[in-house]
This record gives sequence, structure tokens and C-alpha cells, in this order.
Amino acid sequence: MNAPDRTIPAPPVNPETQRFWDAAAAGTLLLKRCAACGESHHYPRALCPFCGSDRTEWREASGRGTVYSYSVFRRAPVPYAIAYVTLDEGVTMMTNIVDCDLDTIRIGQAVSVVFKPTHGGPPVPMFTPAARERP
Amino acid sequence: MTIKGKAYIAGVWEHPTRKADDKSLAQLHAEVAKGALDDAGLTKQDVDGYFCAGDAPGLGGLSMVDYMGLHVRHLDTTETGGSSYVIHVAHAAEAIAAGKCNVALITLAGRPRAEAMATGTAPRNYGAAAPDVAFEFPFGPTVVNQYAMAAMRHMHQYGTTSAQLAWIKVAASHHAQHNPHALLREVVTVDEVVGSPLIADPLHRLDCCVITDGGGAIVVTRPEVAKRLARPTVRVLGAGEAVKHQRGGKIDLTYTGAVWSGPAAFAEAGVRPSDIKYVSIYDSFTITVLITLEDLGFCDKGQGGKLVADGNLISGTGRLPFNTDGGGLCNNHPANRGGLTKVVEAVRQLRGEAHPAVQVKSCDLALAHGTGGSLATRHGSATLIMERA
Repeated sequence: MNAPDRTIPAPPVNPETQRFWDAAAAGTLLLKRCAACGESHHYPRALCPFCGSDRTEWREASGRGTVYSYSVFRRAPVPYAIAYVTLDEGVTMMTNIVDCDLDTIRIGQAVSVVFKPTHGGPPVPMFTPAARERP
Repeated sequence: MTIKGKAYIAGVWEHPTRKADDKSLAQLHAEVAKGALDDAGLTKQDVDGYFCAGDAPGLGGLSMVDYMGLHVRHLDTTETGGSSYVIHVAHAAEAIAAGKCNVALITLAGRPRAEAMATGTAPRNYGAAAPDVAFEFPFGPTVVNQYAMAAMRHMHQYGTTSAQLAWIKVAASHHAQHNPHALLREVVTVDEVVGSPLIADPLHRLDCCVITDGGGAIVVTRPEVAKRLARPTVRVLGAGEAVKHQRGGKIDLTYTGAVWSGPAAFAEAGVRPSDIKYVSIYDSFTITVLITLEDLGFCDKGQGGKLVADGNLISGTGRLPFNTDGGGLCNNHPANRGGLTKVVEAVRQLRGEAHPAVQVKSCDLALAHGTGGSLATRHGSATLIMERA
């Protein structure tokens, strides 16, 4: 069965990450990509964590990925699944797997982004099992 | 410059308390300092270097130097979570080798039980200015579910099982039964570990370390100082430290910074894993031990499950005796930081002062390893190799 919703704390927003959260409010997942070295990264930074360049640019992500790892936290008042999802762009991000039976989550499972409201802040990107399995 | 042979561990002490309702945090720091200095045969007047980390109250090093009335010419407050104190031994040896101090005091103390902290199960928030917080805290990261994700991935990638992880707790419990100060002294079985309640898949309650008050201290000295003292001498041979992070999102949960700190320590010491007679391995959770042993080179990557299974970590019968005080899993994890007590038990082993039931025969070479922070995503790793001099 699907777990009931839990209250999601608001992410603190700062000038460096304002664009990410504005896009999230519009239902779009952004990644930072470095124009100097070509690497994408997450969480987003003004300076590239790979080459140090300040020529980082916002790019719209596909919103598709696979579960790299996960854990259902049984001790919480409302159990939830924390996870790392590897996006098709090759970047892995912390998230929750939602809108599904938590006991069916598997590593390698195809997932797609869904934005969930927070308590007094912008929505955050979570993931839900994709309609079909992908390799 | 190398620290090999440039410094000795002259005194160690582990506070016997596991619940300190009747003591202040500063008092605990001062009590462990006195304990380690008494053990060495030194006094606070001999101390000219002081080391502490984020568990120290108030202004940290400043507050504790003030409280204890020390006169120091060297201060180091390197903070890498539970691994800090293993790094402090190395930094103390560096400072001694550079002539910055002669007698270095390292303290750790805390009272999470007295303060009823939800140590491992409450989402951690390091403040709005932490660069990662907005991209992690909304998803409910706790200590236990982050380590659990590392365990889940290791199981997926290498076939590691819950029963293999359970053997680590079983071995720790075999040792803890002989430690009168250990919080948990009951010997447990693999079935009892895997049958205990799931906290965060795949980690069970008995895969998790204890929560305790107390602390410990270490005194590191110039060789000439240690040699004129009455205690058995323990020489620092080599050390390594590293920070493992998320690599901008190229996250890999299957290895730790021990892949860097370990080889650095072995190279400086001039020894190999097969030479080591006893290991103290940070054991916040069973998975922490398994991955660390692989990364330090005690087995091939992915073979940690086989290494730890079937009692191989039990002193006297296993081939790699570990955490003979019962470790963080059974004995003590003061202030939620287990690095200092790892060094303390290694020194006991090298001195021949471990409990007779767990004392490793001819223990002349030991390793202590600390892990502090979130496993494989943002943690400090520290490896220390010591020998009986």
C-alpha cells in the first residue's frame, strides 16, 4: 500500500540556488553544467566542483533516472523511502521514492521526477516508478 | 617529513560512565584528561599541546583550555566527526616532530543519553548555510538511513548478506561479555541480530551502535618523554587521513576514504595489512566495519562479507581480532563519536593490558581506523598504525 504523506520541511533558498527552486515551482528539474569542462553536477554550485570554473549554466534535466540505492526508514512515524537516483544525465541525487508501495522499490528501477509540496517553501523533486521498466 | 617513530602514545583513558546525568560536559572532558595523564604518569603542568573537536563545549579548544587551566603553545581543533581523534593523534605526532609541543592531550566527551538525543533516527540539519542542506534535508536523511543506503548498495553489487553483517555484531558481543563497563554485555547470535526490528532497510536494531555518555583521552609525547615514564611504550608508526565526498554527484556508496587513508598509513609505517595483529575499526554500524576492512586491504573489494563471517573477527579463534572492548556496537560510543576509544583499545592490546580473555598473543602491531560523517558521501577517514616499542 502507498504510505500516507508526511510533512516535508522547506528547503532553505539562497541567491546561488534561487533559479533551481523557481524552476521547481514551475515543475522543471534543473541541473548545473559547466561550460568549461562539460561536466554536469548536483547539488548546484556557482563554481564547478570538477574544474573550478565559474562558467556554470543551468540546464533542464530529463527528469528520468534509475534507483541507485534506497532505504525504507521503518522507525519514522510515517515510514518513507530515502534514495539516491541516478539521472539519465549521469548525475546522482538524494531524493525520496513516493506514490508507490514502498516494499516494491528495487535498485535499478526506472523512475521519473514528481514535485512534492513542502511546508512553507518551494516544492522538492521526488521520484516515482516510471510507467515501464527501462534497461 | 615522516611521523614514523617521532611520537609515542604515553597515556590513554576511557571514562567508565555510560550515562552521565550528574556531570557537566566540561567536567567530563577534564575527568578524561586527568585519567589519561594519570595513566601516563604526567600532570596537566606537562601539557603544552591540546586537541579537541566539535564535542567540546562553548568555544571548543578555548573553553576547555580555560576550564582546565592549561598553558599550551599548540592548539588543534580539527573536526571530522567521529574520526577526529584518530586524526588528532597523527596531527599531534606532526606537531611534536616539528617541535611545536612535547606533550599533547586529546580529549573527547559527551552526554547524548543524559540529553535524550535522537542520535541516529532524527533527520540531521547542519543549518541553512550548509551548502547541501536544501538538497538533502527535505528528504529525511538520518544517520541510520544514510548508512543503510550504503549497505543496500553493497548487498546489490557484491551479494553481501544480512547474516554476514550480523557476524560483526556477534563478534563484538563475544568481546563485550568480558568488559565490565560495556553497555551491552550479552552475547548475541546471528539469528538474534537479523531477527531484531528493522530500523532502516537493511539495517536492524542490532546492526546499530550504542548511544552512551562519557568519553576518553589520549596523551601523545615526544619519544624521550615516553621512555622515562613507567608505562609500556607505544610508538606511532604511520597515519593517513582523507575526505570522501559526493564528487559533484558521481556518487559511489560502495567505498570509503579508507581507500586513501589506509595505503598512506601502511606506506608510512612500512608494513602491510597481513602484518597487523589487531584492528580497531570504527563501528557506528556493522556495514561501516565491513566496507572499511575491504578498503584497508584486509580482503579484496566485495569480499568483506566472507572476511567477517563465521567468527573471523573474534579474538582467540578468528583470523582478524577486532574491537576487543566490544566496540561501539556493544561497549561505548561516547558523544556519538567512536574514534578515540578505537585508539584506546589498540593501545591496551599493544601494552598487553586488554582483558585476558580477548588479549591477542604477541600483539606488537595494531591499527585503529576512524570514520566520521555520512558514510561514502561526506565523511572523514583516519588510519593510524602503532607498534609496541
